[in-house]
Amino acid sequence: MIEENVSLPRIHYLNSHYGWKSWLFTTDHKRIGLLYMISITLMFFLGGFFALLIRLELLTPQADMFNADTYNKFFTLHGVILIFFFLVPSIPGTLGNFLIPLMIGAKDVAFPKLNLLSWYIFVIGSLFTLWVVAVGGIDTGWTFYTPYSTTFANTHVIAATLGVFFTGFSSILTGLNFIVTIHKMRAPGLTWFRLPLFIWSLYATSIIQVLATPVLGITMVLIAVERFAKVGIFDPALGGDPVLFQHMFWFYSHPAVYIMILPSLGVVSELISAFTWKRVFGYKFVAISSLMIAIFSFIVWGHHMYVSSMSIYAGMLFSILSYLVAVPSAVKVFNWTATLYKGSVSYDTPMLYALGFIGLFTIGGLTGLFLASMGLDRHLHDTYFVIAHFHLIMVGGAVMGYFGGLHYWWPKMFGRMYPEWWGRLSALIVFVGFNLSFFPQFIIGYLGMPRRYHVYAPEFQVLNVMSTAGSSILGVGYLLPLVYLIWSLRYGKVAANPWKAKGLEWETASPPPPENFLEQPIVTEEAYNYPTRPAHSPRHAGKLTGGLAQPAGATGKGREAEVV
Amino acid sequence: MTPLTLLTTFLGWAALAFRLPLFPEQASTHAPHVDALYFFMLAVCGGVSIAIVVLIFYFAVRYRRQTPDQLAEEADVPVALEWAWIIIPSLFFMSFFGWGAWLYFQDAKAPKDALEIACTGRQWMWKFQHPDGQREINMLHIPVGKPVKLVMVSEDVIHSMFVPAFRIHMDVIPKRYTEVWFEATKPGTYHMFCSQYCGTEHANMIGSVVALEPHEYQTWLNGAATGSLALRGEGLFNKLACNGCHTGDAEARGPYLPGLYGRNVQLTTGEVIVADENYIRESIIKPGVKIAAGYDNIMPGYDGQLTEEQIIELVAYIKHLGKKYDQFEPVAPPTAPAPRPAGQNPDQTLPTGNVKPSATPPVTAPAPSRPASEGARPTSN
Repeated sequence: MIEENVSLPRIHYLNSHYGWKSWLFTTDHKRIGLLYMISITLMFFLGGFFALLIRLELLTPQADMFNADTYNKFFTLHGVILIFFFLVPSIPGTLGNFLIPLMIGAKDVAFPKLNLLSWYIFVIGSLFTLWVVAVGGIDTGWTFYTPYSTTFANTHVIAATLGVFFTGFSSILTGLNFIVTIHKMRAPGLTWFRLPLFIWSLYATSIIQVLATPVLGITMVLIAVERFAKVGIFDPALGGDPVLFQHMFWFYSHPAVYIMILPSLGVVSELISAFTWKRVFGYKFVAISSLMIAIFSFIVWGHHMYVSSMSIYAGMLFSILSYLVAVPSAVKVFNWTATLYKGSVSYDTPMLYALGFIGLFTIGGLTGLFLASMGLDRHLHDTYFVIAHFHLIMVGGAVMGYFGGLHYWWPKMFGRMYPEWWGRLSALIVFVGFNLSFFPQFIIGYLGMPRRYHVYAPEFQVLNVMSTAGSSILGVGYLLPLVYLIWSLRYGKVAANPWKAKGLEWETASPPPPENFLEQPIVTEEAYNYPTRPAHSPRHAGKLTGGLAQPAGATGKGREAEVV
Repeated sequence: MTPLTLLTTFLGWAALAFRLPLFPEQASTHAPHVDALYFFMLAVCGGVSIAIVVLIFYFAVRYRRQTPDQLAEEADVPVALEWAWIIIPSLFFMSFFGWGAWLYFQDAKAPKDALEIACTGRQWMWKFQHPDGQREINMLHIPVGKPVKLVMVSEDVIHSMFVPAFRIHMDVIPKRYTEVWFEATKPGTYHMFCSQYCGTEHANMIGSVVALEPHEYQTWLNGAATGSLALRGEGLFNKLACNGCHTGDAEARGPYLPGLYGRNVQLTTGEVIVADENYIRESIIKPGVKIAAGYDNIMPGYDGQLTEEQIIELVAYIKHLGKKYDQFEPVAPPTAPAPRPAGQNPDQTLPTGNVKPSATPPVTAPAPSRPASEGARPTSN
């Protein structure tokens, strides 16, 4: 972080209008991004609270805090809330909404009213889910497997599926908006291969959101129909096929994994570049890999179903495709690592999250290879190995990326810095807590402890205690940013571009004016065009000046701040 | 595979030395194959992870920003590197795929001479029927050294048969048969789990696989074939789904029955009575008359639905339950005729509802004391 001597701009998007109407009826993508941020933060801590209750129960092998029904509701709500109401909308809804127009030099997204509508739909879906929590919960698991969910469960399944159904529309609208925005609203000179990698990854994410989410919506409706009207779709007692449900569910829910992780991959690309002052190595490979991931993500769903009585040959096809989808992910990791080489590496909070992300995403991805193997999945299926694997991707990956991005763009959003020392401390606590929570679960899983057990064989206890200890550390790591980020809104040091990062979003004031740029920026360079010094030259050779674009007459706050 | 076997052995020893379980027991012919692939992938992926973490650390320290305006250095990294790290990982991935698919394919079909045992899953128990008609609940006796094929079906929702020590796993689906096979390699008692979430008592849909030497298995078969009074009662108990409520868990809707006979029972009225044959009988046919404290009057009465013989069988079963459902009082030899207070083959164990698998040893040995977790589990609300 670089000390700046700047003051807040006189008019920016936060103070241009006042009153609750100016927020609830806003069409400003930046304000909508903040609305999303507030709502998903509530959902994050609610879902996290359920996670802690789950871990508490698992401290001992017997059921001593909650009975079976309560525990089953806890893990279901934990999954439903964090997947559909936090992870899926997290980065696209907040950082995506806030940053896409800024990064491409546009005034807003293509359909600002649709954007606001998508937030309202999200809120309606969330209210359904919160209503389910309030009136007694749901116990089907977030996967809603039939025929349990349609015939046997006697909890609030229909309300919960409707909640998921609604929030799906919000996701579709966001994706649609982003696709059109990225296609049509780029600033003059901003060609596809000059786009920041964050835009590439959100573009790929949006494709999945638009194409896969409708299938989830259909599946949820079919569950409700079978439950309500007793039409035989999935329940064999009514003439349905329970395995059909799994195909439909995973046709969305596997690509959904990439809806959750791709935006984080984009964030990390930005962070690695900004904190090494270096172009991301193999830019085109990293950009295209996002698209490859999006395409392959649609044809690997069967790897969730190796032991579901699916044909062996279908299984083989899904297995080989699942290995192929791992290649573009590996490409990203190698390129990030290579970017560090000869960079100017700083250890600011967002970079700590990014480095932690690379490590955890690598291990999360590699353990996915174990599960993609038919021979191994026969043992590992539905054990804690799976739990550990996807938490590495979802929490170690998606959440770390979100936190890294939030810290990185915080001064852009609010014009103030959080306390750096606390930021680094919390990044460290999150990393330690995370590893302690989830590494023991790989071992528990290989030992054979199935998921969704509130009572378990005593030999699994030591590792479960370790995991619970880790989760409480992780909880502290997540609460700290909540406190100091809110604190910083009022007391943080004023900042404009404390990282001296490149990118159109840093070319305007922090916080940006309502219309983002006072004049239309014109882009003349590729992304990440940081100046370099000659190989083997002394460290102080060269100066970091200039910008990505030439925003004639832009406020130029960021420029003034630069150390020259 | 030899170096991998060595590695397995070494890691196993290391785990034992630190008393931390790391790998499950290998007790089937599948297990070493699965573990070999696991260790191969662990070695490759572990190596790659370590390499990446080391490189990141090295670069982050070596190229750290030392002055506030230090620029990145021009780096001449060949683009060929991109192709190298696309192609080389792909080759490794294909080796993982090939090995895994081969393993799965090879073990997909059971050998022709496999012993076929029927398995029915239901909320929340496993039922098995041996070829000669022996039936068991949450317990599966099998011979060592002979392939066993389970033909499985569910009565309600999807369950999944998982025996970690055998490294086998297969979903059990309503109205559709699925199969899984294994060949046990050493005698012992192994966990059997339902791994597909199936509702409230999912975590208690567990049991044990008891692998016996072939001659012991034969003895067991002979013993199990004699249908004693209590054994028939046990069948009835499960058939009527009594164990759906009388599970012995904290959330059970009905009282825990093992050890009930002869004990004092407090009723909702505050009265304390002794649980004798008459009380048990009355509680079956008119359960609303005397309700144990802490429970609701929700059990349906079986008045007129059971023959007297059946009620006698049920009462005999409940009387002869030991301290838990899978344990009869150790008693007379298997050949003895049925009607007697303790007429059960000691080789035979009759689990229901919530059995912790480790509690039941193979054959003759008396059941060991309950694991701590079980002992601590409350038996009523």
